[in-house]
Amino acid sequence: MTSKTASIYDWVDERLGLSEIAAFARHKQVPVHSQSFWYYWGGISLFLFLVQCFTGVLLLVYYHPGADAYESVRQITFVMHFGWLIRSAHSWSANLMIFSILVHMFSVYFMKAYRKPREFGWLSGMALLGLASVFGFSGYLLPMDELSYFATKVGLEIPAAIPWVGPIIGNMLRGGMQVNEFTVQRFFALHVVVLPALFLPLLGFHLWLVQRHGNAMPPSEEAKPVAERKTMPFFPNFLRKDLGMWLVSLNILALLASVFPWTLGKPADMLVPAPIGIHPEWYFMSPFEMLKMLGSVLPGEAGEIAGILVFTLGIVLWLLIPFYDGSKEAGRRGRAAHYFGLLAVFALLATTVIGYWTIR
Amino acid sequence: MSDVLNVPHIVKDSAEPGEQRTRRAFLIAAGAAGLAYTAALAYPIYRYLASPQEMEASATAVTEVTLKDAQKLLAGSVLMFKFGSSPAMLIHHQDGRWIALTAVCTHLGCTVQYESAADRIHCGCHGGVYNPYTGANVSGPPPKPLKLFKVAVGDAGVNVSRA
Repeated sequence: MTSKTASIYDWVDERLGLSEIAAFARHKQVPVHSQSFWYYWGGISLFLFLVQCFTGVLLLVYYHPGADAYESVRQITFVMHFGWLIRSAHSWSANLMIFSILVHMFSVYFMKAYRKPREFGWLSGMALLGLASVFGFSGYLLPMDELSYFATKVGLEIPAAIPWVGPIIGNMLRGGMQVNEFTVQRFFALHVVVLPALFLPLLGFHLWLVQRHGNAMPPSEEAKPVAERKTMPFFPNFLRKDLGMWLVSLNILALLASVFPWTLGKPADMLVPAPIGIHPEWYFMSPFEMLKMLGSVLPGEAGEIAGILVFTLGIVLWLLIPFYDGSKEAGRRGRAAHYFGLLAVFALLATTVIGYWTIR
Repeated sequence: MSDVLNVPHIVKDSAEPGEQRTRRAFLIAAGAAGLAYTAALAYPIYRYLASPQEMEASATAVTEVTLKDAQKLLAGSVLMFKFGSSPAMLIHHQDGRWIALTAVCTHLGCTVQYESAADRIHCGCHGGVYNPYTGANVSGPPPKPLKLFKVAVGDAGVNVSRA
């Protein structure tokens, strides 16, 4: 550093404490072991979220909510230069983000990274996944084409099946009895204002916790004596690899978005019958199929209520896992949690496969 | 034997400037690749955001506008219309003359107004005044006159074209 840049650095450092941050970054270490690969998935999810924000703002430049929604998306897709690419990138990165969050969640689960003192990391992560799926559900309606219309109609039947308050919730979300321009308008408000306002601080909290507690080690690694464990510095070594993964993700996204552009269906029309083989997005396929299966065992309202109960119970158990299997010494409980995780993965995969199988 | 020992020694000595050269070439290539990558990302985004400008540019390529039924405009009144993408005005003066001009103030771009009582064109933003027959800037801040169009009054409408 020349003396001039050094003196500018000192001036800024004195006011912002840059050296403290640099010292913190220098001391931060990332464990290196056979499972280190899974450490990248949180970062990939973060990167895809940033892509969502960026492409989302670009779509916001031309999108009209309300009655003109379809026409404005048609204009973005077919009139504006590269509008199809921006829209395709937004849809593709949304799907990839959900995928990478799921990978991140299951890797955290099986590495038992939710154990003390990381309970809040687990809970905030689950809340972020919940918000991400509401992002996906609300964003899906915004083009107001045939598919988004029916997906929203069917999706809103689930909260509407809750006893007593269900119909009120359904009408509040729809803005009336039907999915129409009022629904698009409120989903738009949800998608671009309410959800980001909830998601961003929660994401900040989640990332702050990662800085506070560092990367968790899997039990197999923790069993080793400290001298045998390997680490690498976060800055610049791990950060460089992290950014490398971001670049790989960006390339995959660019390839998918341009080679398989997201389509736009016919405008939503409640008088046109639902197309044959209509089905939810892949990340909603499993709950959709589970509800369908329960519905065939327990027909009618009983099945709907049972479905909602089973779901709520499953999600609550999943959420509370750090309090059941909370400490390093939890041998029997640790194994039980592991099998519960395997069961969850199996149930999700199996119902998703059955769901796709039965469409055809 | 000594040859064998010497070879790496010689290679190492002569390689130092060469190594620097390959390092430099690598950095230049990496920089160029990075630049090309960034450009490939930025270009679609720029074109996407510039789409309305391009549509407007094709709209300003308009050379004439026919205003249907505008021949019925009463003397002493004005008709505001769009010439391409920008506002323009057609004035039917008390003396029977037809005048069409751009309605964009040459000062800071506000839309100007014809005041028939004062027989002047006035800009509400900063008080610029123009002559309603010639478009000349009379008083206030405007630096240039308003541009005149050619006007042809027909039975079905008024045709306004670039002068």
